[in-house]
Amino acid sequence: MGFKSSLSYNYDLAVILNFNFSNSKGFIMARLVVLGGGVSGHTAATFAREWLGKEHDVIVITPNSQWNWIPSNIWVGVGDMRKEDVVFDLAPVYSKAEIVYEQARALSIHPDGDENNPNPFVTVEYTNEERNGEKAEIEYDYLINATGPKLNFNATEGLGPDEGYTVSVCTEDHAVHASKELEKIIKKLKNGEKQKILVGTGHGTCTCQGAAFEYILNIESVLRRRGVRENAQIKWISNERFLGDFGVAGAHIKSRGYIIPSKIMTESLFVERGVDWIVGAHVNKIEAGSVHYELLDGTTGEEEFDFSMLLPPFCGVGLKAYSRTGEDITSRLFAPNGFLKVDANYTQKPFEEWDADDWPKTYQSPEYGNIFAVGIAFAPPHAISKPALSPSKTPISPAPPRTGMPSGIIGKAVAHSICDMINGKSDKPTHEASMAHMGSACIASTGSGFFSGTAMALTVYPIVPDYKRYPGTGRDLEYSFGEIGLAAHWVKHILHHLFLYKAKLKFGWTKIPE
Amino acid sequence: MKKIEQTIKPYDDKTFNTMLAGSYVQYMRSCLIWQFVRLIVINIKMLKVVVKSH
Ligand SMILES: Cc1cc2nc3c(=O)[nH]c(=O)nc-3n(C[C@H](O)[C@H](O)[C@H](O)COP(=O)(O)OP(=O)(O)OC[C@H]3O[C@@H](n4cnc5c(N)ncnc54)[C@H](O)[C@@H]3O)c2cc1C
Repeated sequence: MGFKSSLSYNYDLAVILNFNFSNSKGFIMARLVVLGGGVSGHTAATFAREWLGKEHDVIVITPNSQWNWIPSNIWVGVGDMRKEDVVFDLAPVYSKAEIVYEQARALSIHPDGDENNPNPFVTVEYTNEERNGEKAEIEYDYLINATGPKLNFNATEGLGPDEGYTVSVCTEDHAVHASKELEKIIKKLKNGEKQKILVGTGHGTCTCQGAAFEYILNIESVLRRRGVRENAQIKWISNERFLGDFGVAGAHIKSRGYIIPSKIMTESLFVERGVDWIVGAHVNKIEAGSVHYELLDGTTGEEEFDFSMLLPPFCGVGLKAYSRTGEDITSRLFAPNGFLKVDANYTQKPFEEWDADDWPKTYQSPEYGNIFAVGIAFAPPHAISKPALSPSKTPISPAPPRTGMPSGIIGKAVAHSICDMINGKSDKPTHEASMAHMGSACIASTGSGFFSGTAMALTVYPIVPDYKRYPGTGRDLEYSFGEIGLAAHWVKHILHHLFLYKAKLKFGWTKIPE
Repeated sequence: MKKIEQTIKPYDDKTFNTMLAGSYVQYMRSCLIWQFVRLIVINIKMLKVVVKSH
């Protein structure tokens, strides 16, 4: 394939000389390769480095030179934070931690090696200035796929900041661009022009509605702060069956003796802030200044806009897999949406038969025991929200989100299992982190400002509703909580600093929970 | 400031049919002393979920 081997570590030497190095305890040196240095991959790599002896290699392969605290991109997208506030350089952090950092994009996995190399390896293409475009093979003993989502703007004509008419806040650079575009709108509003703002999801199968929810309310807050709210019409459009579904089938909280659904909380907030909404919508085409959509009841519509942020649907980043003989085995390792298949129950079944046990626990590939997937990169068994089709059979319902907290917890659990396997404690994964047995604490910003900010704090347990264990709501109401206020904004701000501090591996970082 | 009830449009599907935060709730959402108390409560509630999830 014309790849140049790029690495010159101890392990390469061992492979070349065809013998195994052993440490003092007699264990064989191992190499853990992590694909993707985002929320879950960074967590997995840094904990693995912490728990593994220095004789083992931990390698992170990721195309970006900087780490991004993605949740704070919302504040970049409204001009309340700068890009520099939400990113930091990865190289010095990995160098200090003695993690080998390859600034490259993984292309393919060769779990049985190939005709020239009997060892499992991945092929990569470098993205840094010095080696841009250069390809290489990197061998592994254990592999974690933490490549997150591909932002699939191509799914809808006219979607996205590059080839379309809408902005995005999914990356720090997208958010910078969104903020500049929003500033133009604010100027027009100041001049007394009426402007229409449309925020939500750009396809019937999108996930991550929480991010769009935060963005629309932050825009509303900024416009009020800047004294131009009166001239702006703000509208939400999403694929959720009801407002407040958030891709997790909504949530119920206990408050002042009532059990309140997230639908009521969200609708209440939108009405309070003068935000109109369209739900159950599949956006199928975007032109300059207008969005075309189909609704769950089969009707179609068009919505005009002057500024629009619509999320793209997510899919896998397009990794391929090859057998030793070069046969394409991608469909054995990956689901059709490009996410890696793990220990989930992928049997197709109706919503009524979904079970908490369908959800993966160890995130180990059923095909190869040394391959794992964490964060958004693992293939979920099915959605969390009840699927829905329009009369013309267009799927219009959220894909399951895998937010920061579960992504981090899963990354850490998988790192733990792999370290135990490397250290000879077990030949099977030792740690589990099922989203059906894990809660989530979310803080959704609804406007920043130390004294004027607000946010919605929401906790649910478990993330995946278990209607057998918790009949009715599917969740344990003792752990479900929700509240809107300034204090939640302070928590969101504290978390911004805390998670950046943790990701930079500063003093005591291991003590900060995911 | 416009009272929250003035945002309701009679028989409008959205504004007429939801629960709204009245002026007292809105005031408490930004009342510094109360919000310091809530800061502690939110942290405890979140910690409970974090501990149960790890
Ligand atoms: C705007 C926004 C706001 C959000 N807000 C919140 C929030 O408030 N709270 C919350 O819990 N969650 C939030 N989320 C979700 C959260 O960001 C994700 O859950 C989390 O980032 C998922 O982690 P991950 O590691 O799976 O993916 P990512 O963090 O996206 O990491 C994937 C990494 O893989 C790299 N990569 C891609 N392709 C390759 C390749 N071929 N080879 C190697 N590496 C590759 C990427 O460059 C990236 O570094 C938000 C998301 C968005 C978009």
